[in-house]
Amino acid sequence: MVLVTSVKFDNFNEIGDPVSQAKIYEAQAADELLFVDIDASLENRCSLLIDVIRSAAEEIFMPFTVGGGVRTIDDFRLLLLNGADKVSINTSAVKNPNLINDAANVFGAQCVVLSIDFKKTQDNTFKVWTNGGTVETDLSPVEWAKEGERRGAGEILLTSIDRDGTRTGLEIEMIKDIVGAVTIPVIASGGCGLASHFVEGFIEGKASAVGAGTYFCFKDENPMQVRSQIKNAGISIRLHK
Amino acid sequence: MIGIIDYGMGNILSVKNALEMIGAEVEICHNPQQVTNVEKIVLPGVGAFRDCINNLRSKKFVEVLEEEVIKKGKPILGICLGMQVMAKRSYEGGENNGLGWFDAEIVRLKPQDSSLRIPHIGWNNISFKKDIFLFRNIPESPDFYFVHSYFMECKVPDDVIATCDYGGNFTASVQKNNIVATQFHPEKSQDFGLTVLQNFSNWTF
Repeated sequence: MVLVTSVKFDNFNEIGDPVSQAKIYEAQAADELLFVDIDASLENRCSLLIDVIRSAAEEIFMPFTVGGGVRTIDDFRLLLLNGADKVSINTSAVKNPNLINDAANVFGAQCVVLSIDFKKTQDNTFKVWTNGGTVETDLSPVEWAKEGERRGAGEILLTSIDRDGTRTGLEIEMIKDIVGAVTIPVIASGGCGLASHFVEGFIEGKASAVGAGTYFCFKDENPMQVRSQIKNAGISIRLHK
Repeated sequence: MIGIIDYGMGNILSVKNALEMIGAEVEICHNPQQVTNVEKIVLPGVGAFRDCINNLRSKKFVEVLEEEVIKKGKPILGICLGMQVMAKRSYEGGENNGLGWFDAEIVRLKPQDSSLRIPHIGWNNISFKKDIFLFRNIPESPDFYFVHSYFMECKVPDDVIATCDYGGNFTASVQKNNIVATQFHPEKSQDFGLTVLQNFSNWTF
């Protein structure tokens, strides 16, 4: 497994070992880690990032959400037993929405993260895309988020495919729409390029959390610096040490 | 030797790793018999109350826990759902009875601030009572990681050793004699979490 950055879910650049990078993020005071196996849903398998999260879980004592190709309750169970605190589902939830209900019933809503990737389609509306951003669906992200909550998801992980890796800022309008449509926490991601983008996600987007990948892989940016900026903007964030 | 109860629900691996990181000797107790051989017990828990208590019952852990914890006084640390199952009853997904070790009920969080979402997921700081062994060497107002929709509402105020504010105070940690428990996940709360585990490991009751 190798850690990669992408641009619009394509143009992958290898960064390095995911576990080493995770340790660095932990030292730099990230609040949570999201491990997503982006190949898994394309190949219709659950890659079972078991080796990665087991290694990470040996030395990193902070929350992990794990996803990528998760299809069944057994997949959930295996990931949770091996170090994941939450499991995210994306493609399989669209194909089989009952998976959301089943997982929430067995493991509790707080373990179930509904990951929604969205992109503009040819008629200029936003739609949900699955399979690593390769398959367009007819679903409106807002309606799908609402249904996800109804079925028992505990959190929404919302990612803009168009903005992924571009560092042009988050898709604020969509974040606002999703946050306004559900009562569960929303993690906004896709597009952070400046610390101010994170702040916008919280203040304008009203997201509960902001996620970033590419942002931390170039130049000098690290979670510790971002959290200072977030704190200075008056947003309530954990004071580290 | 600290035994972690494996009843099919809980992030056993993370708890084991965290305890080993602080130097404790750890054994995963897959069956009730193993619980009789350990000096301290950790009861983790992730998921829903009903499955938690049903699993504990069906795997016959309830009897051995009553024996080892209540009768013999072995120290036990309950984490998250492992704390909640120690209550008398829970209202999550219907009414279910717990172990009844604390005169308390498990009820849904109802933050007074409507912009605060449920589940309560993320880091939040707690207020703890002074001179509690569990929070030794931890400064005031430490952050821990929470991920839950329900909390333990205690009828006995003295049982509550820490609270957390999420649109109103809720119980973050309880203690009664040899039984201690946290709503937050020490195994996921970095340095302060490891200190909590260290304090439990060092505890002589």
